[in-house]
Amino acid sequence: MGTAFTPHAGITARFPELKPALTPQAAMVEANRCLNCFDAPCTSACPTHIDVPRFIKKIASGNVAGSARSILEANVLGGSCARVCPVEVLCEGSCVMHHRAEKPIMIGRLQRYAMDNFYGRGLQIPVRQRPELPLRVACVGGGPASLGCAAELRQAGVQVTVFDKRDLAGGLNTYGVAEYKLRVSESLREIEAIQSMGVEILQREIGLEDFATLEREFDAIFLGVGLGEMHRLRIPGGEAGVMDALDLIAGYKTGEVLSVGRTVAVIGCGNTAIDAAVASKRLGADEVHIVYRRGPEEMSAFGFEYEHALQEGVKFLWWRQPIALEAGTLLCAETSINEAGELVVGEMRTQLTAEVVVPAIGQSPLAEWLSSVKGIQFAKGRVVVDRATGATSHAKYFAGGDCVNGGREVVDAVADGKRAARGIAAALGVMEVAHG
Amino acid sequence: MANLKTTFAGIECINPFWLASAPPTNCGEQVMRAFDAGWGGAVWKTIGEPITNVSSRYSSVDWAGQRMMGLNNIELISDRPIEVNLAEIAEVKRRYPKHVVIASLMVESRRDVWHEMVKRAEDAGSDGLELNFGCPHGMSERGMGSAVGQVPEYAQMITEWVKEVARTPVLVKLTPNITDIRLVARAAKQGGADALSAINTINSITGIDLDTFTPRPNVDGKSSHGGYCGPAVKPIALNMVQSVMADPASVLPMSAIGGIGSWRDAAEFLLVGAGTVQVCTAVMHYGYRIVEDMIDGLSQWMDEKGFSSLDDFQGLSLPRVTEWKHLNLNYKIVAQIDESLCIGCDLCHIACWDGAHQCIHTDRVSGPVDGHVEVHRKPMEAVHATMSSIAVTRIPKMDPPAVSQGHYKAPLARIPRVDETECVGCNLCSLVCPVEDCITMKEVPVGLAPETWEERTAKLGIVEQC
Repeated sequence: MGTAFTPHAGITARFPELKPALTPQAAMVEANRCLNCFDAPCTSACPTHIDVPRFIKKIASGNVAGSARSILEANVLGGSCARVCPVEVLCEGSCVMHHRAEKPIMIGRLQRYAMDNFYGRGLQIPVRQRPELPLRVACVGGGPASLGCAAELRQAGVQVTVFDKRDLAGGLNTYGVAEYKLRVSESLREIEAIQSMGVEILQREIGLEDFATLEREFDAIFLGVGLGEMHRLRIPGGEAGVMDALDLIAGYKTGEVLSVGRTVAVIGCGNTAIDAAVASKRLGADEVHIVYRRGPEEMSAFGFEYEHALQEGVKFLWWRQPIALEAGTLLCAETSINEAGELVVGEMRTQLTAEVVVPAIGQSPLAEWLSSVKGIQFAKGRVVVDRATGATSHAKYFAGGDCVNGGREVVDAVADGKRAARGIAAALGVMEVAHG
Repeated sequence: MANLKTTFAGIECINPFWLASAPPTNCGEQVMRAFDAGWGGAVWKTIGEPITNVSSRYSSVDWAGQRMMGLNNIELISDRPIEVNLAEIAEVKRRYPKHVVIASLMVESRRDVWHEMVKRAEDAGSDGLELNFGCPHGMSERGMGSAVGQVPEYAQMITEWVKEVARTPVLVKLTPNITDIRLVARAAKQGGADALSAINTINSITGIDLDTFTPRPNVDGKSSHGGYCGPAVKPIALNMVQSVMADPASVLPMSAIGGIGSWRDAAEFLLVGAGTVQVCTAVMHYGYRIVEDMIDGLSQWMDEKGFSSLDDFQGLSLPRVTEWKHLNLNYKIVAQIDESLCIGCDLCHIACWDGAHQCIHTDRVSGPVDGHVEVHRKPMEAVHATMSSIAVTRIPKMDPPAVSQGHYKAPLARIPRVDETECVGCNLCSLVCPVEDCITMKEVPVGLAPETWEERTAKLGIVEQC
């Protein structure tokens, strides 16, 4: 891996974990509460289909290492997914306890308990005993999709090289997740474990001109490149005092951004906007507003993320659209929906003091960059794939993660990568990888 | 409220709740606090020549996060001098004349020694005597406790010795560590016992420490088999008490012991004929205070059932225990799942497929499902389908909302159905179902008169073989 990483003590202190680790006693109580459903809804809801009752009952039996191994079998990023997954809408959201007048099992926290124990004891991800095959696959992009794909291919005996353009591997898992959910060091620990499986990770940017070489040297290429730059605020007033949400998050996580000023306006109301707004509060801002041009019922953030932002003291300005930025003041126009159901900008204006404006209005697709790779079909800026195999319209290329799904969760990327690995293995004639 | 007063083998009791002879009745100070809490009687920690105990002494079996499902001990009888115990009995009786104090006794198997012990205990004022023929550990190696209780002749002989001098009722405490508990019960009755108490603890090794390879409780690297008690032994005790009470040659007033920790347990033992109940483990776990709800709960239940005294229901269930051959073969029940209550855990499905008769299915079909050939989706096929399904994190704005499930709690595909023609009415599904009243067993008329195995074989002229 590239650069060694030292966490910034001040950041670590200001971003204490939102959900602290369970004690062994608490884990045991919770694990015993699980009903051990058959063909469990939580397993079904998990994009990587971690066998949830299996790993939970292993905690209950005192086989915590086995518990972690059964998680890793399905999801090599089980440690970070335990922390970053929106479990409320995944495993825990589907827990049958909801129907039994009980709180759902704390699946995420139990998963973290097992994974922390595993890595804390210095255990290695087991690699199925297979002869190394004379097959090479390149995974372009170093995020969850590529890592999921690489690990699964490695289990099949395929030689894998991951190409990652940033200083630290892990993509958004390292640079883009709120620090109170997943620390950089935890993401990196997981990547080291994947390297220990024999996956090669190179900190090298792949440009357009490199694809011809990749095609020559590798039997298949997996594209897990994610999305492009964040959309810019196209309003008069220039770029002064503007920092996009992903730069803000990556900046503070790596200790390069330690403050954001006293007043902050975050534009947009997705989960990234929430992360940026909460981070601004944690970095010392007094007033943080989220400005959204529609109402609360249309925000793309999860309900529990919205609640969290409220608890942190973030204020919400609904039905406002920024129209100009001038000397620390954001001018917003009132918006509404007309009879035809279209968003219209009205006459009323609101001024908002904002030393820093943080656009969080989505990322642009990488279509332009990738469409030149011959024969790969795109639609709406996304790579078109066969969902079950990750196969693109080009026989040598497979894809998964945000560049395919337009930007979803870490666990969705891992699942995409895993399915693509099986697709690649099948295409290369490798014996089918056992279902995990 | 119902009246809980009772007379047991001639002893007046303010209620049927006694403490069993064990650590909670080790000394007068404890027994008086227990009486203050509401206990109606106490069987004193067994008195005899003082012994030396080891440390540690107890070990337990936990289950699914619950502590002390079963408790094991290797503690011996009282380690205090006989005269101290007797002086305290006298003091307790002076201060609590309406409460029952029974002296539990265990001495060397000599007639004169037993005579002496009985006289002293009665002189101290005890209301009755309990002969400890049950202790399975330690004392049995010295020819006492269960060493007596396992040999009907010894048990009878010592009971006779005691009865030669006893002026108060004599209870014989039975050990369960014997093939048929009735053999010793009969011997005790033969020897003139006025009452029985059962069961004493069951020989056990509760577990082995997987790091030290030493069974628990660990006494300097070694252990010894102990006596098992607590909730885990209740069904065994209930069976043994029932079998004694249903045996004319054994039956005597019974003070029931074994895993009793609530008024429900007590009611069950009274229903199979017990006159009083004795409690130890539950008090060791939670303290004397548990008797409050035992009294309150039993009274409440009696009021609800219209029972005004214990006599009204004592032994009521005895006639309902019969030999298998007298059960009606033409009685049929089938499982019914209340689909509006089902939470979709599918535990009934896998229990039925792997542990019963493969008649609860998750592949819902319309139309008739019966026939000579029924093809069902096997459990693992469902798992494979799940594992190869494609699931994504649902984002409210991007993805359609989940399909409404109508009045069902679980998705219809996860609510199993019972093939009633295949269901044998075994109860297993209703036992594993985590939802109260979701799976009930419904009687299905079969249109045949009741018929037992005995009647059927008699009709066919078949001679019973086993």
